[in-house]
Amino acid sequence: MIVAKNITKKFGKLKALDNVSVTFSKGECIALLGPNGCGKTTLIKSLLGMVVPDSGSIHFNNELISNKWMYRSRIGYMPQIGRYPENMTIAHVIDMMKDIRKGSSANPDEALVKSFGLKNMMQKKMSTLSGGTTQKVSAALAFMFNPDVLILDEPTAGLDPLSSEKLKQKIIQEKQNGKLILITSHILSELDDLITEVFYMQEGKLVFHKKLSVLKEETGEIKLSKAIAKIMSGGELLKY
Amino acid sequence: MKKLLKYVIVDIIQNKIVLIYTFLLLVISFSVFNLENSSAKGLLSLLNIILIIVPLICIIFSTIYIYNSSEFIELLVSQPLKRRTIWLSIFSGLSSSLSLAFFIGAGIPILLYHADATGFTMIAMGLFLTIVFVSISMLAAGLTRDKAKGIGLSILLWLFFSLIFDALVLFFLFQFQDYPLEKIMVLFSFLNPIDLSRIQILLQMDISALMGYTGAIFREFFGNTTGILLSFLGLFIWIIFPLLISLKKFKRKDL
Repeated sequence: MIVAKNITKKFGKLKALDNVSVTFSKGECIALLGPNGCGKTTLIKSLLGMVVPDSGSIHFNNELISNKWMYRSRIGYMPQIGRYPENMTIAHVIDMMKDIRKGSSANPDEALVKSFGLKNMMQKKMSTLSGGTTQKVSAALAFMFNPDVLILDEPTAGLDPLSSEKLKQKIIQEKQNGKLILITSHILSELDDLITEVFYMQEGKLVFHKKLSVLKEETGEIKLSKAIAKIMSGGELLKY
Repeated sequence: MKKLLKYVIVDIIQNKIVLIYTFLLLVISFSVFNLENSSAKGLLSLLNIILIIVPLICIIFSTIYIYNSSEFIELLVSQPLKRRTIWLSIFSGLSSSLSLAFFIGAGIPILLYHADATGFTMIAMGLFLTIVFVSISMLAAGLTRDKAKGIGLSILLWLFFSLIFDALVLFFLFQFQDYPLEKIMVLFSFLNPIDLSRIQILLQMDISALMGYTGAIFREFFGNTTGILLSFLGLFIWIIFPLLISLKKFKRKDL
């Protein structure tokens, strides 16, 4: 569904992405993992066309995405830190997004708006919301238009346990509907029952991209967090 | 484009600065017209105020607005929208709301006290200056990611166009006073939108004494009608050119 070939992106001297090639296919739920600053967000933003790679190509459903914009109607994106026009109320923001994405979905999916209890605070201004509530708005917007691809950048950071459980259930539900889901997170224990593949990056390079089951087998661990820890420490042991 | 424009305008109007700006212009205009006993004199005083205040407020407000809505722009870019549409919507939103503010704040008093060709030219020039400086601010904000640098750059640009430019021209004139500089001076005036609008209004008012050196040459060179048409053209270029460069930058920008 998404095929990226040899993407390189430099920010000044820093190579945020170094010759990364990847194929994400439909129906998978992929965890993008790696230490801070390894290029996960840059990769996501390149897929969304928010960052323009220096070289390489990205195809979405066999179509080159450079300078295209319609393909984004099939992606739901939840940013790491969602910020919205301060003077707008939640209701305004949701109406605006519905207005912008008119046509991409006939009946918007407001399940998350309901289960997060956003209905009761529709008239609150975005500037007065707490970080967690803003995160809820971002999540609700990402799932609202029934997209084929969901890109979630640190979805549960800042959410209370109850809401983050609700979000997880929603992600599982969408996965069963055959959607492609990309998640970055540092809370590995949460990802265990969500993901099917692991995509691990370090310093802008792809280290491995494997099925979760294969990874667990290779490391002999049942928990994702343990498996990753083993790989990370293994890499460091090699260095010294 | 229309959808986005609506949201940008609503957002700007809810921002109290634009209302304060309108009110400030209203107070200035009415007090100037009431202080002077002839409305023509009032118009002239208002001209000088407009030539300073309108570019200053427009460039600084727009630059800050663009930086403050960077997250909003980021949100929009991740949606199925063309970058071109986003950028042009912000430009149109800023220029239409600031133009409206100018029209209410200065246009209506001018129409009340001095509704003739000169008054109309003055309103037109105020609107042009508003849009030109919004366009320049889009460029300033597009050039650098750093908010402080961007605002500094736009203040510097304003200072350049309203003060430094004239000083440079004068300096140049004195240095080369032995040479015939008329044609070059006319060319120079096209390099400064504030100069262009000043000349435009003074050509309309027909007060050569106040026209300054460039203005006098301008009239001699082009005559009134051609002069007015040409300076309109110049102002148009001043709107289009910075906007296009900033648009080109924005299309390649990493967010």
